[in-house]
Amino acid sequence: MIDVLVIGGGNAALCAALMAREAGASVMLLEAAPREWRGGNSQHTRNLRCMHDGPEDVLVDSYPEEEFWQDLLKVTGGITDEKLARMVIRHTSTCRGWMRKHGVNFQPALSGTLHIARTNAFFMGGGRALVNAYYRSAERLGVHIRYNTPVHALELDGDRFVAALTENERIPARACVMACGGFESNLQWLREVWGQNERGEWPADNFLIRGTRYNQGTLLKFMIEAGADMIGDPTQSHCVAIDARAPLYDGGICTRIDCVSLGIVVNREAQRFYDEGEDFWPKRYAIWGRLVAFQPGQIAYSIIDAKAVGRFMPPVFPGVKADSLPELARQTGLDEAALVRTVQEFNAACRVGNFDHTIMDDCHTEGITPAKTHWARPIDTPPYFAYPLRPGITFTYLGTKVDENAAVHFGGRPSPNLFCAGEMMSGNVLGKGYTAGVGMSIGTAFGRIAGTRAAEAALKRTHGAQL
Amino acid sequence: MKQLEDLARDAQTLASGMQAAPVQWRTDAAAHPGSSALTADENEAARVLQICNACRYCEGFCATFPAMMRRLEFGKADVHYLANLCHNCGACLHACQYAPPNEFAVNVPRAMAKVRVQTYGDYAWPGFLGRLYRHNGITVALATAFALSLFLVLAVAMNGGLWHEPLAGNFYAIFPHNLLVTLFGAVFVFAIIALGAGVARFWRNVSPGAATAPAVAEAAHDALRLKYLDGGHGKGCNEEDDAFTLARRRFHHFTFYGFMLCFAATCVATVYHYALGLPAPYPWTSLPVLLGIVGGIGLLVGPAGLLWLNLRRHPLHGDPDQRPMDRGFICLLFLTSLTGLVLLAARDTGAMGFLLAIHLGVVMALFLTLPYGKFAHGVYRCAALLKWSIEKRQPSNTRLTPD
Repeated sequence: MIDVLVIGGGNAALCAALMAREAGASVMLLEAAPREWRGGNSQHTRNLRCMHDGPEDVLVDSYPEEEFWQDLLKVTGGITDEKLARMVIRHTSTCRGWMRKHGVNFQPALSGTLHIARTNAFFMGGGRALVNAYYRSAERLGVHIRYNTPVHALELDGDRFVAALTENERIPARACVMACGGFESNLQWLREVWGQNERGEWPADNFLIRGTRYNQGTLLKFMIEAGADMIGDPTQSHCVAIDARAPLYDGGICTRIDCVSLGIVVNREAQRFYDEGEDFWPKRYAIWGRLVAFQPGQIAYSIIDAKAVGRFMPPVFPGVKADSLPELARQTGLDEAALVRTVQEFNAACRVGNFDHTIMDDCHTEGITPAKTHWARPIDTPPYFAYPLRPGITFTYLGTKVDENAAVHFGGRPSPNLFCAGEMMSGNVLGKGYTAGVGMSIGTAFGRIAGTRAAEAALKRTHGAQL
Repeated sequence: MKQLEDLARDAQTLASGMQAAPVQWRTDAAAHPGSSALTADENEAARVLQICNACRYCEGFCATFPAMMRRLEFGKADVHYLANLCHNCGACLHACQYAPPNEFAVNVPRAMAKVRVQTYGDYAWPGFLGRLYRHNGITVALATAFALSLFLVLAVAMNGGLWHEPLAGNFYAIFPHNLLVTLFGAVFVFAIIALGAGVARFWRNVSPGAATAPAVAEAAHDALRLKYLDGGHGKGCNEEDDAFTLARRRFHHFTFYGFMLCFAATCVATVYHYALGLPAPYPWTSLPVLLGIVGGIGLLVGPAGLLWLNLRRHPLHGDPDQRPMDRGFICLLFLTSLTGLVLLAARDTGAMGFLLAIHLGVVMALFLTLPYGKFAHGVYRCAALLKWSIEKRQPSNTRLTPD
């Protein structure tokens, strides 16, 4: 019998598999996706948020535990677990040597991301390079990897894991780590939890999934039905406003639109609905998905003029371009008069000071609602550009409740041999909100812990049986 | 809006079937046909670069991505420059979240390789010979057949046969020195002029400004060390899978420095001949022969290794249509060295004339195809590296940082 069965094939699963194997356990890893799609959402990641008390290779300055914790507290609005969060934070200060040993290469912050050069360690080549490195290391260490193997249920004996059930196979193991993601790829489930709004729309029908199509949440649903303790609001997720022309799945990073704070954003009725200049875009991009989700038709348009060109990361799709606002309205299908009025009102309200998009500058509006509190400049210089926005779900926060050993709980009691890591339990730390790179922090910390504990549970049992 | 709904519906249909198809897409160039008239390969490279520029995860691998990041749009000249800066290391293919089967279907090494070979043809001088890059395997094969026949026939015509009494390594008893100098000198000078004219056209296309000494030194360093085959992390580049290896870098060093040592042997011999009045044959311990032996061994090991790597390369990596060109050139280099070393070993026997004809035929084939084959990559790559070394020292014209 296998000692440790790892269900999932992304960062957390690989961390668990590698740690369990290093601890001497025999390990099998089941990846639902075929090899070319392996790695789940990890293939779209690019960095790890890292605590460090001084400059360390690619990390500049320092990012102490307390600051990391305060950042997390702020973005989650307090919906987090301090004990688990601090454990993750401390873990990130020591795990990079191990990651390097398994072939992960780090590099200084990517251009355009200097605001997180201090807090985040970037993977050279991004998450897919990391995933490749872990798979190579796992193969070298003798982890048995199987692709195209989704697990639809577990066989449990009370709170104890017995076997995993695939389409035509029962795979028993002494211990199990579930690290198979959230349910964001399951459009039907998203539709159910978001329900119907007051306009009679099903908002989730207009969501795009930024990552893998394989996170169907099958085991998550199974765990709910099996009576495991769950955590998190199913409507909460990492939800970004992305280019509406992105593919339904796996659009990843390149579909983001970074010009929101340089212009205005209007909804289908050509009305503004939120302060575009509230804070630096990297600190706000993750709330705009939800904002757009609550607008009619779940669509919005980021509108800029020629002054903004070149000041933001180039978008993957060219913007809708027009030499006048009425023409822009016609091309985007917005009401001409309404758009012109909205822009005129906005322009009249602008109090332009010293524009500087690298600081929270003094350009703001007066007398309109919603206000634009920074970087407010009239939209008056053709050509004008519009980028259509839709909510893009990165991952959902509903998960199994775990403790500091990553153990799954039933009725408040930890399972002796069933563990969980990654997105599937990230809701323990992230009740809502997000801060760049923390998903990988949680996945790496809990993946490594889950792998270690699973190996211990399996080997103790083997050992016990031999005695 | 209509268009948007169509796109959204396409995406839904696409994903429900979980099938890969290219994402709806157009570049500015495609939207304004005739304005810059990109070829299909250039358009694909521009499409890929625009996706890369919105992602940038690969910027640490090589110079191509930082050079890309200095641009917001990719016109013909930009695409030509970036294509020649790409070393086809493959790192960005294996690390790419948008590589096939993803709908974006990004394959940077392939897009770049296709444009690269097109630029060799576009800039070739004289222009009509640029088509020799296409179907280059045939070009190399024909050149080899022609050159071998030439020297075999010459040998028979001038000596009455291929076999003779041992001549103690005196090549000039078979082919007079002046004949060889005239033939090879002419072809070699032509090769230099043709490549020089081509690369000059390429250079004018993206004008990065004047070369400073530090820029030239850096470009020379990056070319001679093959810096961009180290993967950015020093572990090397990719071959058959996502694992990194320094094999290609090392085999290329064997090839290049082997070639240069052989070239040095010829140069030293020329000095001996004209300046010192010391005609060949030279003893085994003489400088030309020693340089030739060491270089020749490098030129056996290097091409053999490169061919082995080329045969095992991942099917998505690079442009499969160019493998005949790659392999033809590698084989000519290998044969140059092999026939040269065999000739050296047997120069005191009656087979010397035959072996000499074979060797000269292979070398002639190599020289004839220098300006119209894989050799061109070295010239254009060096030019692109120098462009980059100049360009990176200039302020960026994108405005992502404060004004």
